[in-house]
Amino acid sequence: MFDAVVRNIYFLLGGFGVTLQLTIFALAGGIALGALVGLARISRNKWIYQPITLYVNFLRNMPLILVIFWFYFVMPIIAGRPLNPFLSAVISFIIFEATYFGEIFRAGYQSISKDLTSAAYSTGLTYSQTARYILIPIAFRRMLPSLITQSIVTFQDTSLAFVIGLQEFVRRTSIVDNLEVRSIQLFGFVAIVFFIFCFTGSKISRYFEEKGRKLGMI
Amino acid sequence: MGFAYDFDWGVLWRQPYGMWLLEGLWLTIKIGFQAWIIALFLGILVGTLRVTPWRWLRFFSTAYTEVFRNIPFLVQLFFWYYAGPMVFGEHLGRQINQIMGLNYYVAIFALGLYTASRVAEHMRAGFASISRDQYQAVLSTGMTQYQMYRYVIIPYALRIIMPPLTTEFLTIFKNSSIAMTIGVAEITFMSYRIDAETFHGLEATTGAMFIYLVLGLTVVRIMGIIESKFKIPGMIGRE
Repeated sequence: MFDAVVRNIYFLLGGFGVTLQLTIFALAGGIALGALVGLARISRNKWIYQPITLYVNFLRNMPLILVIFWFYFVMPIIAGRPLNPFLSAVISFIIFEATYFGEIFRAGYQSISKDLTSAAYSTGLTYSQTARYILIPIAFRRMLPSLITQSIVTFQDTSLAFVIGLQEFVRRTSIVDNLEVRSIQLFGFVAIVFFIFCFTGSKISRYFEEKGRKLGMI
Repeated sequence: MGFAYDFDWGVLWRQPYGMWLLEGLWLTIKIGFQAWIIALFLGILVGTLRVTPWRWLRFFSTAYTEVFRNIPFLVQLFFWYYAGPMVFGEHLGRQINQIMGLNYYVAIFALGLYTASRVAEHMRAGFASISRDQYQAVLSTGMTQYQMYRYVIIPYALRIIMPPLTTEFLTIFKNSSIAMTIGVAEITFMSYRIDAETFHGLEATTGAMFIYLVLGLTVVRIMGIIESKFKIPGMIGRE
């Protein structure tokens, strides 16, 4: 039933490896940049707040596939030489996903009330202790379900690097399909693999959400 | 050294390229609207089935949303386009493959099914936000289960979830860009095609971004009017 998949399994799994690498880079960069973007979004300085808000709102209105193309065209001009598709894809994912992670961080930062901070100070904690032991753990727990959900979305989004010829999972599958013409099993296989990972991820996210609700955190 | 690149913004209005972008826009709008009709009806149906008392229907609708949400849309699109016709056997499959504009119909169908799962999730959240008392109150007036959903609960839930539905409606136009991978000539496809002919992909994609921006702002404006019209008085709407 899955004969074409079995024949090309190493080639396909290699593609899945590229997809995973892409996801890890995109998440590391996207979450780090997103944490800063979230800070900028609650900044009172309008020279910080306004440009970042414009960047977030603009990119959230754009289809990711177009953003990937745009960076693919613009990077060689900035770098002055052709860039490999992997680097170009990673940069576009980081800049794109950071807008989504940024909004999650903004909501997390804003979910902390002034009273909580005051209460922490009144027990004699310093600012850094308050942040370290009270604010960051609480905000992190509140954000965790959304962060996991957005990470799953990012994992799915990496398939769009297909369009700039990057040999990730879907691109490799379609290369195999061109030779073997076994579309049902090949694309069925990709769908199942993605489903297993994403379904597990969404269950984990739901677990933390339930846990947070029981503790009265969300 | 400066940029070793000659900008030529003229590709955005010089013929035939300017016209290509507008044709692409028209196709994006057509795909978005038609897929939205499928998504809305199917999404309301599946979302409602998830909260009905019948176990098998609940299982089926939950499975539907989980499957469609946990597989990348690109993979779904490829599956429907390349594997879909094969499901019907070799003979019929070959005939289906010869349908003119098959990719366009597959794009609408796939996007509709995918977005329906997202609409269904919002429906479920909408139902959950309606208190148990309201269901009891409706049933106590002598309405049947069907009448309760049809005349009270579904219209009520739809009004509550207007803001996320607006976001979903915007997303459907953004996601329609993925149809370029099966050769549907919407905006993103056209900007890539301009690059293939002129090597001015940067200008073409920037122009396409501008078109998406205008499209997005227009949709938000129109949906804002609709939202304020259907907003339930006293409930929190979009800020």
